[in-house]
Amino acid sequence: MSGSDQGKGSDVLDAQDRARFEQLVLPHLDAAFNLARWILKSRADCEDVAQEAMLRAYRFFRGFHGGDARAWLLQIVRNTCYTWLEKNRPVELMTEFDEELHPQPSTSPEALAIAGDNRERLTRALETLPPRFREVLVLRELEGCSYKEIAAITAIPIGTVMSALARARQRLQRELTHASPQEASREL
Amino acid sequence: MSCDFTRTALHGYLDGELDATGAAEFERHLESCRECTTALGAEESLRSSLQRSGLYESAPVGLRKKIRAGLDAATAPPGAIRIPAWRWLAVAASILLVASVFWFAWLRPARDSAASAPFTAAEIIDAHVRSLQPGHLTDVASTDNHTVKPWFDGKLAFVPPVKDFADEGFSLVGGRLDVLGGQNVAALVYSRRKHFINVFVLPTREPDTPIHPPGLRQGYQWRHWRRQGMEYCAVSDVSDSDLYELAQLLYQ
Repeated sequence: MSGSDQGKGSDVLDAQDRARFEQLVLPHLDAAFNLARWILKSRADCEDVAQEAMLRAYRFFRGFHGGDARAWLLQIVRNTCYTWLEKNRPVELMTEFDEELHPQPSTSPEALAIAGDNRERLTRALETLPPRFREVLVLRELEGCSYKEIAAITAIPIGTVMSALARARQRLQRELTHASPQEASREL
Repeated sequence: MSCDFTRTALHGYLDGELDATGAAEFERHLESCRECTTALGAEESLRSSLQRSGLYESAPVGLRKKIRAGLDAATAPPGAIRIPAWRWLAVAASILLVASVFWFAWLRPARDSAASAPFTAAEIIDAHVRSLQPGHLTDVASTDNHTVKPWFDGKLAFVPPVKDFADEGFSLVGGRLDVLGGQNVAALVYSRRKHFINVFVLPTREPDTPIHPPGLRQGYQWRHWRRQGMEYCAVSDVSDSDLYELAQLLYQ
């Protein structure tokens, strides 16, 4: 799961490393925080995990040989999140990622627009998805990552990023438009 | 939903990840496939909802501060030796040293003011440690008190009592001049099973005291008392019972 770029974290970093890290990696703190927040679904937990991930990234910084600093950081953030989930909420990781696509009636853009207009409902729908669906959606739609970056961050083959997104989007649509009245009332 | 494109190419198209040929092919397909047209509209609507709803959560300001502090802590200061464990040990040792100097030089004498010794525990131990360095133990090396005692004559303004207690297990090794609390003092050196004991002697006008309870610092013990116009302090790394035994012998 861990990327080859992470290298070893044994070096002691000096002021020069610190300045380079500040310039290249620290500007992506918002991206790190946002990804952690959506994988963990909790602001409180994600603050700790984002901080831990950032410091981990710093320890590994000598292993970063240039390139896409955001993707490099987000990969570490993602790994730190999953390690945290395995330890604290292992049940959430038991959902199968390769879930079959269920045939479903096409949703009209209008119906989706109405459902998606509600931020709370959208948040709830996203949070209902298994983390591996949620992360590709967040990386693509909120972070604007390319397929190549998503592949690097999530360690899934680049050829399957498209189908992963297709499945994730279908699941989200289903959650948004097929929420039962019971679920809808629970939102209040 | 039966069109295969909705599962794959549609998303590549939506995300701008298809190459020119693939995109053109999909656009041609769109003209004839209502299902894909509807699905694309739905996906675009969903995307716009996701991007417009303010779901992106930026890091709080406090987190940035905490992380910067963490980064600083993990960064070696400029010019520092790049061995962190070693560095922290050194830092801890210096703090300990400063604290113990403060303790010995300031707090201890204040606490011991009842005993009002004219020197501090730190000075006693320093003098003892210094004496153990090569060539510092004795100015006059003799097991004979009749050699040691006259040696002090003329060098000090007082005559220290010099006795050998070889029979009791404390052999006189010799004597030397030392300075404690700014005063010249006599140091009598005894050996006890390969350990050395320094007995510092200087005149005092204070009344006699019993042998005070032992002091213990840095692995060294000392016993302090006053007797017949002389102030005594015996210090060593021997056990306190040995030290007390010698103190009693000297006290008689």
